[in-house]
This record gives sequence, C-alpha cells and structure tokens, in this order.
Amino acid sequence: MIRGLAALLLAAAAPLSAQTFVISGGTVALGDGSEPIPNGQVVIRDGKVVAAGNIRMKLPAGTQVIDATGKWVTPGIVAGFSRLGLAEVDLTASEEDGGGSSDTSGAADDTTSNGLFNAAIDVVPAINPRDTTIAVNRADGVTRALVAPSIGRNIFAGQGAVIDTGADMDAITAARKFQFVELGETGAEKAGGSRAAAYALFRNALREAGQLRRNAGPLSASGAGNASETDRPLIRDPNESRVYEARRNDDVVLTRYDAAALVPVVQGRQYLLVHVERASDILNVIGLKREFPALKIVLVGASEGWTVADRIARAGIPVIASAVNDLPASFEQIAATQSNVGRMRSAGVNVSIGMIDDSDTRNLFMERQYAGNLVALQRVPGATGVSWGEALAMITSRPAQAIGMGGEIGSLAAGRKADVVIWSGDPLEGSSAAEQVFIDGVRQPLDDHQSRLLERYRYLPRRDLPEAYRH
Amino acid sequence: MVLNKALTLALGAGLLSGCAMLEPKPRPAPAVHVNEDPYPSTYVRYPGVLTVIRHATVFDGDGRRIDDGTVVFADGVIQAIGGPDLASPAGALEIDGTGKWVTPGIIDIHSHLGDYPSPGVSSLSDGNEATSPVRPEVWAEHSVWPQDPGFSRALANGGVTTLQVLPGSANLFGGRSVVLKNVPARTTQGMKFPGAPYGLKMACGENPKRVYGSKGNMPQTRMGNIAVARATWIKAQAYKRKWDKYYRNGGDMPERDLAMDTLKGVLEGKILVQNHCYRADEMAQMIDMSKEFGYHITAFHHAVEAYKIADLLRENDICAVMWADWYGFKMESYDAVKENIPLVQNAGACAMVHSDDPNGIQRLNQEVAKALADGRRAGINISDEVAWEWLSRNPAKALGILDKTGTLSPGKMADVVLWNGNPYSDYTRPERVWIDGALMYDMNDPKRRPVSDFELGQPGEGDTK
Repeated sequence: MIRGLAALLLAAAAPLSAQTFVISGGTVALGDGSEPIPNGQVVIRDGKVVAAGNIRMKLPAGTQVIDATGKWVTPGIVAGFSRLGLAEVDLTASEEDGGGSSDTSGAADDTTSNGLFNAAIDVVPAINPRDTTIAVNRADGVTRALVAPSIGRNIFAGQGAVIDTGADMDAITAARKFQFVELGETGAEKAGGSRAAAYALFRNALREAGQLRRNAGPLSASGAGNASETDRPLIRDPNESRVYEARRNDDVVLTRYDAAALVPVVQGRQYLLVHVERASDILNVIGLKREFPALKIVLVGASEGWTVADRIARAGIPVIASAVNDLPASFEQIAATQSNVGRMRSAGVNVSIGMIDDSDTRNLFMERQYAGNLVALQRVPGATGVSWGEALAMITSRPAQAIGMGGEIGSLAAGRKADVVIWSGDPLEGSSAAEQVFIDGVRQPLDDHQSRLLERYRYLPRRDLPEAYRH
Repeated sequence: MVLNKALTLALGAGLLSGCAMLEPKPRPAPAVHVNEDPYPSTYVRYPGVLTVIRHATVFDGDGRRIDDGTVVFADGVIQAIGGPDLASPAGALEIDGTGKWVTPGIIDIHSHLGDYPSPGVSSLSDGNEATSPVRPEVWAEHSVWPQDPGFSRALANGGVTTLQVLPGSANLFGGRSVVLKNVPARTTQGMKFPGAPYGLKMACGENPKRVYGSKGNMPQTRMGNIAVARATWIKAQAYKRKWDKYYRNGGDMPERDLAMDTLKGVLEGKILVQNHCYRADEMAQMIDMSKEFGYHITAFHHAVEAYKIADLLRENDICAVMWADWYGFKMESYDAVKENIPLVQNAGACAMVHSDDPNGIQRLNQEVAKALADGRRAGINISDEVAWEWLSRNPAKALGILDKTGTLSPGKMADVVLWNGNPYSDYTRPERVWIDGALMYDMNDPKRRPVSDFELGQPGEGDTK
C-alpha cells in the first residue's frame, strides 16, 4: 500500500519539513465545487499542496508515493460553524425543561453566562487541543473548524477562531478571526426581550466602538515605531492596541474592553458572524450592512433564507447554514426546508454548512452525511439539491471563503495548507471512513478514546485478568 | 371466566361460614374489572389498492434479501413476497421497482414527537412531568399533539411508519408510552396503534438525580435513584396483592391509584419496561432490581455502553436501543463506540437503532448504514438485510407488535417503504410509503404529502421539506 511507510510513521509526530510526497491513484475531489477526478494525484511539499487533480508531475527520485487506488482523496472537512474544542462533555441540563442545573463539572467552556465581558471575549484560551471531541472528529476527516463562543448575557458572544484538529498543542490557525453576535430570537432575549432592543444594543455598541476608534487618533501617532522589542505586545490583539486608552463618553453601555473589541468589526478588519433564522431578521441584517458599509457580515443559520435568497445574493453576504434543518423548531424557522441551502445557492449566494444548534461541540463529522443528503434532494421533485462537487465544497472551501481564508484552507489548490483525507470510499456517504488524515502535510494518528474502548471490549469472554488490564 | 370463578369461591365461603352463624354472612359483591383501555385506539386504516412492486431489491426485515423481488399487498396486509416468478394478481397496480429497494416501514422505538413538538415553545413542551421522580400515573398519549409537523417529516423523509412516543427521562418512573401509527389524525386516539401494549418509561442515571437533586430533593445520587425505585416497587407489589385478592374474592373494590395501576401492569407482564439507561454498570443494577421485584425489562434505551455487557443482555433477553455515533453530550454517554450496535448484535443480543430526536428520526436508515460499516471495519460481518432488523423487526419485537408489523411476512400490516435507491446510502430517499396498505406519501405527488394544521397558511406550506 504505502511505499516508505516506516519513514512516514516515524515522522508522523513531527512536521515533515522540506518533504515531498504524492498521493496517487485515488478519486480526487478538489473541494472547489468541481466533480471528482478519477485516478488523480495530490502532490504535497513542506505542508502545502503543490498540485492536485488530473496531473502527472515529474517528481524528484525517491519521492514518497502513497497509493490511494480505490480510495477517495479530498481536502479535510472544514466545519463551518462549531464549538469544537470548547467542551469535553456538554452541559448536563440539555434535555429537560424540568429545571436541571447547568453544572458542567469543569468539562465545558463554551458559554459565559455569568461573565462580565462579551465582545471582548476571545475564545482561544477555552480551546483544548486534547479534547476527545477533537480526536473523534479528526478520526473522521474533520481537519479545521470555525469555533465560536456562545453568548452569555449580551448579544455579542465574543471573538471566534479557526482551529485545526491536529494531534499537537498548536490548534489555532487564526485567532480572533470573527466576532459572533445573536440578532434573532436568542439575541432578542439577551437584549431584554425584543429584537428592537437587540438592534438598539447593536447600533449603540458599534457607535461606542466608533467613538473609541476616532478618539484614538491615527495609528501612526501611536509611537509604536520607537518601542523597544520588549514593549511590543506579545499578541497582536485589537484589544491591546492604544484604542483601549482612548477617551470616551461617560454614558456608555459597553465596558471599554468590549467596545475596543468591536473596533476591528466597525473597520471591517474582523468578520462579523450574525446568527439569524427568520426572513425578516435576515433583511434587517442586510439593512445593517447599508448602515455600516464596512461590516464584513456572514449570516449564520438563515433557515428562511430561501424566501429572500435574491436579496442575500445581491447584498453579497455569505451564509453558513444548517444543511438539513426542516422543522419549524421555533417561530423564526417556520419556512425551514432541506431545500434552503440549494435554493440559496441557486440564487447565487455563497453557502456553506455549519452545525448551528446541532451538537456543535462534537458531531461535526455529521456534515459530510448532511452534504450527501443535499445531493439526494436533486432527485426529489420540488426540492432543490446541490451537485456532488458543490456539496463537498460546502463543507471544505466555502466556509473558508466566507471568512476570507479560501486561499489558505479548504481546497486542494496549489499553495493551500495540505489538509488531505484519504477515504475508504465516497466521503459524502456516512458509511465511508477516513483512512489517512493529513494536516499541514503531517499524517495524523486516528486512534482516540472510542477506538481504545473498542479494542478493550471487542471480545467479552472472561480472561485471566479483568478488562482494565487490556491496554 | 375470572368473574365466575370469583363468584363460586364467594358462594362457597358463604356456605361454610353459614354453619357457624345464625345469620348467613352477606355474600361479597363480585369483583368488577377495571377498564384497562379507557382511551382506546380509534385508528382505522385508509383505503389502499391491490399493489404489486416488481424488480426491486427487497429486505424483508427478517434477515432475508430478495433480488429482483416481488411484494404484493392488498386489504391492508402483505399478501405475498417472492422473486420474479411470483405472479401478479389480476387488477393489481404494478409498480416497477427496478433499481429501487423495498423494506418494511421503519419503526422508531424512541421518539418525543407530539410531546416535545415543533415549535419547541414551553406551551407545547409536555414531555416531562418533572414534579416527582415517581410519576407512573402520567400517560404520554395525553401530551401528544397530533399536529406536530415532525410526524410528517419522519414519514416523508424517514420512511417511519410506526413510533413509540415516550415521556421524558427526568423521572425514575416517567409514565406510560404510547405506540402510534404515523398516520395524521385529528386526535391522538386516531393514531394509536391498535392492540399495541403500553410501555413504562423508566430512567436511571444522571437525569433523575440532577433534576431532583438540584432542588434538594431525593434522589440526589445514583443510590438515591435505586432506593426510590425499590421503595416504589414494594408499594406496587402490595397494591397488586390487594387487587389480586379483590379479583379473587370480590368484596369492596380497593381504591384505585393511577400510578400503581401502571406498575401493577408491569408486574403482570402487560406493560413493557422501556428503560432509559446509558452505563453498563447501571444496566446491571437495573437488571437485578427487575429480578428482585419480578418484572422483565424489555429494552434499555440510549444503551451507549451496551457493548460492554452484551452477553448479560443476551442472557437476560433484554434488547439494547442505541444510536450509531452520539457521544459525550453528557457524562454517561462518554464511553460511546461507533460499533455499539453491531457489537451487541454480534454477541447474540437484540439490537436496534433509535432517534430520540425529531431530526434523527428522518435518517435512521443512514444511521444504521454508518454503524454497519463501522462494524464491518472492526471485523463484524453483518449483511445489509440482517441489519434491517435494527430498523423494523427488533423495534417491533420490543414494542410487542412483531405479530402485526416489522417484517414483510404475509398477513402482517402492509407498512412498506419503496426507496429510490439503496436505503443505506445518503443519496437515497423514500419514494413511496404505505401504512396498512394505504399510500401515505409519494415523492412524485405533492398531494400525498401531509401538512399539519400548524403549517397551513404559513410560508412554505406544502413545500418539500
């Protein structure tokens, strides 16, 4: 199967610097919306994709070749919206309306319901690269994820990150990539009970951020040029810029720290992910884009998006949607249908798939099954599905593009990070499995808590020692 | 019969005592039997036509596969099943199943459709009577809202023809379940599966101790869970003795207790125990408790750790009801493995899939496909046709309705799905669904697509969902 297997395994734990290898003979799908290419190749050097598809490159002698004959090769899955790495075990009060406690026993970091801050929250310290959830999803071919904090007491949840699922301690691909805000039913509740209040809160927050920005003066006057190496901030964090020291009015609502965090949002330097579901809420958000033209808005959810798809397309706002959400689960999702994604796509919207309110801390591996279900809709009269290639793109390159990272992750185009999965078969079939997973060109271990339990309990008959000795 | 016997006994007792007394002691009134079905099913099957599906791949639900198969149904029941040689009766509607699959309708043994319906507002949230850990007196059917749009999604997208709606798991004794035909009706009685036994929802583990423990009440621990449950069974045994005596001897009718009525039904074997329980060690405790009080556990639901004790489940004839790959959403689901269902099957125990979810119920066939493939990768070779038992036969068995549905055996209810491809593929959808031989869903006919009252006049009414 694998030439140079021993070398590969030896190197698996460390980055393969200056190493070239090629995955050859498999059905290759690039993740850019195109259809799969039989007998394709993927060439990887120094952790980046060099070329992929129907190519035949002259490779240096001794180049490692991984034979993927009979397999499928795709970019790793990019979970469009998630809380991966934030909770080892979820809240235990999920099921009952009968008043459970929200005791998480320290196993969940995905919400801040009693915290003092909101927009200023940076999700990065909450991410544990060793969460079993990361290992479980890595073993199923998920290689990157957009990770958003959940809201606490305000409509702003804080700043989300893009992570990889590699078996190392360096999970962060892009810190503070986006701010996350709730402006639908949940936002209304947090704002005091109405959408009107949520919008007042939102506009005020952006104005407070704008004032801070103006009063901070031009960045060139910051004197940073004269700063010695030790005075430079360790982290390039907007919250730590001199904006933080600027003069502001006395009658403000946001803490200074939260307002400072919204400055890059107002400037359009940080994406703003907005969760709304209802058609009227979507149109309100499009309206905000007119009011604050610099905002780089991405809609999250948008279950009723298909009913106003033309207007979303005209506004040029990408959508990260639930794939197969088809129940009127709330009054803001009355028009929900599995055709939502396909119809928005047909109207010209850049749509990708996320796990909105759907086991977002852990079941990201469901995305490829959902993508397959969208393909199935093509054969249902009256429904709108998507092509196979587009379905794959919606769980690889499209979410990356939505936050301006299409040039780095999510496809097998030249120069992208070499996140590559070799599948036992068609990856949009839940019955297929990830057999080899590469992140930044590094082959990943695929064992986890679950695979170890399987080994222990695969055979039950009593032996000379208890099960606890099987390891 | 029981009445006559009681009368004879009563008369005999009167004669005997008469010898020692001047006045004959008044004869005890004969026992009157309590109506055990006061909310009876009013379901009546809808008309169907004599139908023959030919050239389809058939999984009969009993572990058999027929390539180029033929399925004949009429008058609400399966008439015949066979290969290409099976003759079509005269006047039959013939459907070409080339490239398609025919299976028994999917049965979801664990659903909260109707008692936790869409929209999920608190006004409609009727699944947990979380006011006491012991509430066997509540009946899920009294919470079910038949207008839940989720029923139609389960039918059209999921091929689900029968489902058990259970109370939630806040309580140790959650109440009675109800088995429904997935046929829209104005009333819940109109959906009730005729002749299906009741189930009792029990729960062990985190939920009861959390819900009550957080209020400072018992149970606050797992040992509290078991103590409360045992004390309740002791009461139920006494209640049953009282009624047994009454039915034997007549006399004054004991005061009825709705909670104890349900538990008495369990002790009599008339009501099936559907026990929410995740962890292997806790399932073993529940098994011992069932033996202590003389009842049988029909199935463990959410049995995430069933694979650790599959041998114990086999020996005790208890089914395991499982997800394909849910894990870690709570501590007691931490030790999930994706091979759980095939491991249980492989050990010779009764295995099946369930949803517990209004979305998951729409793709149970895909959940089985995943579990099946995961099992094969672990070296457990179960065929596609045997795996269909996890979707219809075994849930029918655990609901006590296997004599009526769950397989395509002649004489059983014609609960049938025609799939537009291999149902173990993510690319496949139900094309037509029949319940008792009546065509309730047709992918190609917008008029054969149920729309609940709630959806009328709303955006997306009658849309493909």
